[in-house]
Amino acid sequence: MIGMTHYLVLSAILFALSVMGIFLNRKNIIVVLMSIELMLLAVNFNFVTFSSFLHSIDGQIFVFFTLTVAAAEAAIGLAILIILFRNLRSINVQDMNQLKE
Amino acid sequence: MVITDVLFYIFAAILLLSGLRVITAKNPVHAALFLVLAFFNASCLWMLLGAEFLSLTLILVYVGAVMVLFLFVVMMLDVDLETMRRGFWKNFPLALSLGVVVLVEMLLVLFKSPIAPTMLNADAPTSISNSNTLGWVLYTQYSYPVELASMILLLGLVVAVALTLRKSDKAAKYQNISKQVAVDSKTRFSLVKMNAEVEEEGVES
Repeated sequence: MIGMTHYLVLSAILFALSVMGIFLNRKNIIVVLMSIELMLLAVNFNFVTFSSFLHSIDGQIFVFFTLTVAAAEAAIGLAILIILFRNLRSINVQDMNQLKE
Repeated sequence: MVITDVLFYIFAAILLLSGLRVITAKNPVHAALFLVLAFFNASCLWMLLGAEFLSLTLILVYVGAVMVLFLFVVMMLDVDLETMRRGFWKNFPLALSLGVVVLVEMLLVLFKSPIAPTMLNADAPTSISNSNTLGWVLYTQYSYPVELASMILLLGLVVAVALTLRKSDKAAKYQNISKQVAVDSKTRFSLVKMNAEVEEEGVES
């Protein structure tokens, strides 16, 4: 029988995977953004799991708002990425050090 | 073994495999497509959990909007695939150890102090559908946050347009802020001296 723990372990593995993804793809900010989306998915998974097993709708409400913020975040992040590429001709995280100089 | 258990394992396996491919794929287009697969399987799992509305919203919002945006950007940017992969294996040991540490920590929390599922409201009505319940709560108790969320979406729309608009574009209308701040009363308002107009009688008829 699939219990709450199964879902929580699944989302923990997914979260750890996306943490790894951020470290592995340091040259490519697009994949870093995708890893962040995956991370948000893992967190949302926890919310939905608890909401479902505790019979409380509030967790799903929170996921609703997280989805809204994540959509806005993706749109703005990609817009920043485009102007960054226009100026630097690169999407390498290590090239973004203008503020340091 | 119930059919839903089998489905859980299938969806979970595909979800984790596609998640792994997202972070290891050579081509960012493949990564984006595997992310679509991951979201789709997550949505199927949410359906199994009984969150129908959110699972469909996940497909609509993520697969339909966010991932298309990602694919668009990935295909639009002309990036060198070889330089992007450099440092992948150099970072691998660090990433693996960090991922394992994060995972072990979370599993320890999960298994050393098991969360006792206490039913918050055990008499949850089952006759009302999930989206119906969500709608009731969303538009009564959470109506103010819903409005805030809509403002956030509006903000995202405006900011995305404002950021990517080119200054050289002739159609773009920009504020000149220094000009706007530097105004004084003389440039905005001037008094004109003129004779009073006297309406002549009998002209209009």
